[in-house]
Amino acid sequence: MTAHRAAYARATRAFRRLKRTVALACALAIAGDAALAASAADAPPRSVDAYGQLQDPVLQSRFEHIVKDLRCLVCQNESIADSNVELAADLRRQVREMLVAGQSDDAIFGFMTDRYGEFVRFNPPLEPKTLLIWGAPFIILILGAVIVVRVVRQRSRMPLDDEPSVGPS
Amino acid sequence: MWKFVLPAAAFVALVVLFAFGLNPKRDIHALPSPLIGKQAPLFDLGDVLDPTRIVSNGALKGQVYVLNVWGTWCVACREEHEALLEIARARVVPIIGLDYMDEREKAKQWLTQLGNPYQAVAFDTDGRTAIDWGVYGAPETFLVDGQGRVLYKFISPMTPEVWQQEFLPRIQAARKGGA
Repeated sequence: MTAHRAAYARATRAFRRLKRTVALACALAIAGDAALAASAADAPPRSVDAYGQLQDPVLQSRFEHIVKDLRCLVCQNESIADSNVELAADLRRQVREMLVAGQSDDAIFGFMTDRYGEFVRFNPPLEPKTLLIWGAPFIILILGAVIVVRVVRQRSRMPLDDEPSVGPS
Repeated sequence: MWKFVLPAAAFVALVVLFAFGLNPKRDIHALPSPLIGKQAPLFDLGDVLDPTRIVSNGALKGQVYVLNVWGTWCVACREEHEALLEIARARVVPIIGLDYMDEREKAKQWLTQLGNPYQAVAFDTDGRTAIDWGVYGAPETFLVDGQGRVLYKFISPMTPEVWQQEFLPRIQAARKGGA
């Protein structure tokens, strides 16, 4: 009986120790997180590449807009803003340099499409040859509307099922 | 009548679309180059084997040449190397190399160990020449005519078959046109 009680006491002590350890670990983890968060708040917001942000906030916002619209041709479904591939870094450098040199957005997009083709742009410009891409949603919408109208008209000409039948039964 | 024709037509259209889109032979990553038919971008870069020697494609004006983009990091380039050596041995056109995103020592080692099919290898240290040529991977092989126009671009490892079917006829046609 006493042996049993001693074992119980030991287990309780062990459990308390464990609880303390866990609590301490949790406290440390929370403190660590807080410290990390604080240091992140001190650091400037993460820029899209190693060169850091552009000095001029207007240029920086134009930069971010342009690199989001340029496709990384290695990964093809990522923009060069998101990609870590070396080519994407080279293309970001190119965009920065052209911006700093005072080139317009159109000139930069033109530079890229001259070399990589229209595919490099996520938003192809509205042109005769891209008319189908931009028009397709509207064409499909109109097609759907025509089908709906036709079906509804056809149905409205049909007698209702629960209509009492006319004439002698 | 329409009830049968329309679904049947839609079905046929889908089959055609899938036959094209799901064709295993079609390389979905190969993009058409906007450079075809235009003047090849010019470069003056140091030779990978000797930085003091300048490799300039402008100096090649008047002759048909091949520009092969490669790097020692590129597995497919290792794969095509035998084919390039074989093509170089035939001495039909000069092959100019563009070593891209690479380290000079590794490139030198590659060329001494595996053999050098190139007349000269331009060393593109910062990737700017590659951007000018619209390069987005390796290997890529361009064919340029005597007037300095890009005739053809092939994306994938070079093989003797591709050389025979795609490059040789174009080289012959370019020479006839140029003469």
